[in-house]
Amino acid sequence: MTLLEIRDLHVTYRSERGDVPAVRGVNLAVGEGDTLGLAGESGCGKSTIAAAVLRLLPKGTDVRGEVLLDGEDVYAMKPGRLRAVRWTGAAIVFQGALHSLNPVKKIGWQIEEAVLLHTKVSGKAARARAQDLLVRVGIPADRLDHYPHQMSGGQRQRVLIALALACDPHVLIADEPTTALDVMVQAQVLALLEELQHEKALALLFITHDLSVLTHTCRRLAVMYAGRIVEEGPSELVFTDPQHPYSRALAAAFPTIGDPTSRMNPQGLAGDPPDPAALPTGCPFHIRCAVATPECATVDVALRDAGGERRAACVHVGVTHV
Amino acid sequence: MKRNVSSAWRRLASDKLAMISLVVLVLFIVMAIVTPWVSSRDDINPVNTGGNPTWASPSREFILGTDYLGRSVALQVMWGSRVSLFVGLAATLLTIGIGSLVGITAGFFGKWTDATLMRITDWFLVIPFLPTAIVLASVLERSIWTIVFVIGITSWPSTARLVRSQVLSVRSRLYVDRARALGAGRAHLIRRHIFPNVLPLIMASTTLAVPISILTETTLSFLGLGDPTTVSWGSILNEARQKGAVTRGAWWYYMPPGVAIVMVVLAFTLLGRALETVLDPRLRER
Amino acid sequence: MSEPVKSGPLLSLTNVQVQFGGGRVHAVDTVSLEVGRGEVVALVGESGCGKTTLIRAIIGLEPLTSGTITVDGEKVTGNASGLRALRRKVQMIFQDPTGALNPRHTIGDAVAEGLRIHRKRGAVKGDEATLVADALAEAGLRPPERFVGRYPHEVSGGQRQRVLIAGAMALHPKLLLADEPVASLDASIRGEILALMRSYVDRDGVSIIAVTHDLGLAWNIADRVAVMYLGRIVEIGPAEDVLRNPQHPYTQALLSVVPEIEGMEQQILTGETPDPSRIPSGCRFHPRCPLVASGEAERLGIVDRCRGVDLELEPEIAPHRVACHAVHLSPRT
Repeated sequence: MTLLEIRDLHVTYRSERGDVPAVRGVNLAVGEGDTLGLAGESGCGKSTIAAAVLRLLPKGTDVRGEVLLDGEDVYAMKPGRLRAVRWTGAAIVFQGALHSLNPVKKIGWQIEEAVLLHTKVSGKAARARAQDLLVRVGIPADRLDHYPHQMSGGQRQRVLIALALACDPHVLIADEPTTALDVMVQAQVLALLEELQHEKALALLFITHDLSVLTHTCRRLAVMYAGRIVEEGPSELVFTDPQHPYSRALAAAFPTIGDPTSRMNPQGLAGDPPDPAALPTGCPFHIRCAVATPECATVDVALRDAGGERRAACVHVGVTHV
Repeated sequence: MKRNVSSAWRRLASDKLAMISLVVLVLFIVMAIVTPWVSSRDDINPVNTGGNPTWASPSREFILGTDYLGRSVALQVMWGSRVSLFVGLAATLLTIGIGSLVGITAGFFGKWTDATLMRITDWFLVIPFLPTAIVLASVLERSIWTIVFVIGITSWPSTARLVRSQVLSVRSRLYVDRARALGAGRAHLIRRHIFPNVLPLIMASTTLAVPISILTETTLSFLGLGDPTTVSWGSILNEARQKGAVTRGAWWYYMPPGVAIVMVVLAFTLLGRALETVLDPRLRER
Repeated sequence: MSEPVKSGPLLSLTNVQVQFGGGRVHAVDTVSLEVGRGEVVALVGESGCGKTTLIRAIIGLEPLTSGTITVDGEKVTGNASGLRALRRKVQMIFQDPTGALNPRHTIGDAVAEGLRIHRKRGAVKGDEATLVADALAEAGLRPPERFVGRYPHEVSGGQRQRVLIAGAMALHPKLLLADEPVASLDASIRGEILALMRSYVDRDGVSIIAVTHDLGLAWNIADRVAVMYLGRIVEIGPAEDVLRNPQHPYTQALLSVVPEIEGMEQQILTGETPDPSRIPSGCRFHPRCPLVASGEAERLGIVDRCRGVDLELEPEIAPHRVACHAVHLSPRT
């Protein structure tokens, strides 16, 4: 059962400098118990999608398309229904930086706040629930009375996970949850996320720039560039045999240790990730692409079948080579 | 550097309130400078004004009327502006000068220098202003310079603290580490990194300190602690009150200096706040 | 190069200690390390292990509590002229290229800064504009004229890092210290920056110490890898050896959880990244060590030593050395 579905989403920010198209026609779907990874770098639109799901975009932003949570379009909801759905239908786990939590409120209070906003329970019951959640994410119950700055980065991330689960959502969106964490702590947090996702059969949308992390945590993977999905498919396949030149470059940025081809051979792309306010013509990747053809500068390609449940948006895909 | 100045100016120019304030201030400064050319001190010397009507309401001859001695209020306001503005600016220079020096030295050298300077600053900070001003003004000879000294000596601590905290903040920035790694000595760090980043704060503080100094001078003159031989807006107000201008309803006597003070203080304050916003690097274009 | 090439290692650290808070925090707790000419050493570890403090101490941004640093055969003295001479041979680039550049200075000013500082002592010769343009071009910012007059916020993150590199390399140092050089950059451009760094090594024989938590980076560019834990080097050796055949339980655990590795079962250590103000007794890793936790250490009969006896790297018998009681027990050939 598809719990989260995004259909032809277009998001354009309005700014003094003009319109900035952050998302340009994205389709994705995550079912119950399923995991989808969304990979991309700065400016690709992935964080915009996370905010778009719960209608958290700034006022005045132009949103077209549909975002369906359990079949209901979030953008057609009345404010009352939207408030009810936020956090109970879908919740977001943000990056655990110090400013994701209120620095002057104890973390117990912050979790209780989420519970009390959505369920009619007593303060005592809310506190008990907060305690349960903390223990479930591996934090001793006595930390309920601690402030965010008293906890380590890894602990704060766990608190954010507990916070996201406070109202038992069916859909969980994790927006760069392990970026800026040490490798070992990242592993701990990822293991926790995987456990919880299995246990509660959550539909998980995992957003990050680290492709290799997604390979282990998600069943399917979508790579974003310049506001569009340029490749999607089973995560193992997309990582080990990418079809789109950008996915290839992104995968190569995380070399497999022990692989002789990447030893003393760092590989990267020339140029910089595109500025959404000034996208190139045709395929937005063509100016950095090693295999661009002349037509790439004028023709923008849609996702094509690339074999094995994979799709990629590249002229070279779906063409049999001699 | 030049580019910074011109872009800062452009941003300031777009703030209408700031531009109006600037115009107002320029007008007052022009008035203060031009006064000796359009009249002489004799014009408001009570010896010479005996022939004038006293307590006269505004007329074509005396635009703002006359006071109890027949002196033109308008001329007094004009002469008074010289004192008020001069004392305001001179006292501010003293305040900012001492405060910045102490703040930069304490913030940059740290440790014992910082501790010592800050204890001295704290000592001056807790001295209650008005009693000190009264004592000093009574003990020293009554002159404008005394007022300047009194204001300067009591106001520098807050500037020192402000500047010091800015210096500490800049010192901890990564580009200062980079400069040190490149081999920079203290002189280079202060000259290229610390001072340019502290200067905008000092400039904004200066603009905001001037109205405070002017008000302080006004207060002291109003209390009769100023130089009895010079006219300042505060002294005009003092005399007006003492001679019963309020009960007489002689609004032309006490309102003009009051309005002048409010306008100048407001203009400096608005300009200062606009400057702060403009020079704050956090609000620069990204 | 007119200077005769000296023999011996370029950098030699002997029993270096850096403490903060009056001895409360042992950020660097007895580190000895040698870096050869034209060699890239990756210093890896998690936060709190002291790797950043160590390189800051090498360039003099942190004072040494004890120990000696020798660069190019000469011992480094902590006084002003000693540090100045040091900074002609050793330079540094930082993790946050935006924060490391003064937003009020142009790119040209930023690159010229080191040149201007050292020119006063007569250590730099030549036309400044040319030197700056050369440095920018070598760092991949071409044509240099396009960048000299611009401000840091007008260029991209990757370009800012290149500006930092240009500024450091303009002085032609022999050793470059890189503090997480690509951690804050987009993934797709990391390779370019890493390749740029290696180009200085291959072309000019520059040595690099790259501090990073990213083992993939070490695999990409490092000749040797040194793993730090709580202020000490616990394993060091050629990159292929350490990364494919790790001997220290900490290195093994670290590698096992790196997503970019295959064929290793994940060993997720419990507990937080440790706190350098509370270093455990004995082997500093023992509270989290899988060998102790699983009872293996007991079986080997070394558990008391793990808990009670502090230790350092094995003496220099082999290029790949480890500080672990279990390994010391059965020395490898």
